[in-house]
Amino acid sequence: MTRITLWALSTLSVLVLLFGYHTSTAGPSGTASPPAAYSGSVAGAPAAATSGGTTAGTFTGDAADTRWGPVQVAITVADGTITDVQVPEYPTGNPKDEEINQYALPVLIQSTLDAQGGDIDMVSGATVTSVGYQESLQSALDQAGL
Amino acid sequence: MGLPISVALRGRHAGDRRGHDAWSAVVAELREVDRVFSTYRADSVVSRLDRGEMTPAAAPPEVREVLAIAERARVESGGAFDVRRRGDDRVVRLDPSGVVKGWAVQRAAAHLAALRETDYCLGGGGDVVARVVDPQAPAWQIGVEDPREPRRLVARVPLRDGAVATSAETHRGPHVVDARTGRRPTGLASVTVVAPDLTWADIDATAAFAMGTDGLAWLESRPGRSGLVVLDDGTPRVLGQPARCLPSASSTPSAGMPFMSGPTIGS
Repeated sequence: MTRITLWALSTLSVLVLLFGYHTSTAGPSGTASPPAAYSGSVAGAPAAATSGGTTAGTFTGDAADTRWGPVQVAITVADGTITDVQVPEYPTGNPKDEEINQYALPVLIQSTLDAQGGDIDMVSGATVTSVGYQESLQSALDQAGL
Repeated sequence: MGLPISVALRGRHAGDRRGHDAWSAVVAELREVDRVFSTYRADSVVSRLDRGEMTPAAAPPEVREVLAIAERARVESGGAFDVRRRGDDRVVRLDPSGVVKGWAVQRAAAHLAALRETDYCLGGGGDVVARVVDPQAPAWQIGVEDPREPRRLVARVPLRDGAVATSAETHRGPHVVDARTGRRPTGLASVTVVAPDLTWADIDATAAFAMGTDGLAWLESRPGRSGLVVLDDGTPRVLGQPARCLPSASSTPSAGMPFMSGPTIGS
């Protein structure tokens, strides 16, 4: 099984407790509860290069819940290679969002295709949706046996 | 609360043992930094400094380094950014976390930078530091979250060598105040800063955000930075380096694609 790590790129993810995100200019202190210790460990381990398997088909990852709603990723695989990535479900708000989402999400999707993997966690300002995306992508990869 | 830290590698060491070792070193270093700087751990160096059980002069070098950066940030921001703030109980507390996060991720990236012929893109809590070695290789594409609708992006930053940091109140509720007044800043929904290193990208984003609308002019005055400021009404403003068309969030699709060029883009 390949974690989100393929021939040209490896994406590794870990949840590390980092300062509870208090900033120096944070509001009144004492309001944040102490976070748990490291809430995760390395989620993806580098794998050997994907042997060009014969896996083919479309695999839909489990929907990952995010603060704004579920995110779900589907991948299409031919000869063990991802040929398409779709996001059948993602949080949507008012109709105005749709057109922007069509632009905005392809940034993530295209990155994923380019990288044959999970170049998806690099959103400045976001920590939740992209994580959901990665979770669901991982699930799809697992189902595909990649 | 844990912050997601992730890295993407491409090139020579993307999938091999050396790449993995570098990643392990990044994680180990961030954990060590947390142990030293955590304001939640009573036995951390910072907690002991805060209680006056240790003097700054006696602190480890990395703590002194962070305090020096914090002092410079306070001066250069006119006091809007301050690691010492007065809590509800009127007691001044030391909390350098606003410096530490960007500084720590930037410093940890050195393990990745040591990988030959390998590109990296390291994300920590919504901040990103990245490098592309080969001028012919594509830049990393960093999406900038829309602070009013976090499910969408307002811009994309092609990043070859540098950092992107965003300060907003999107995820964790109000958490930034103007240290000069102790009040919540008004007027800005988010500030994204592109800079050569994450330490200062993060500080500048936080400081400019804390200043409210004054942060626009301040950010414009900062050397080597570019940025994207989203106003409370959703209007995006690109600051600094030349940037291509950036329509407002409510504009028609024909207005062009949101796109922002950072100052550190090669070629």
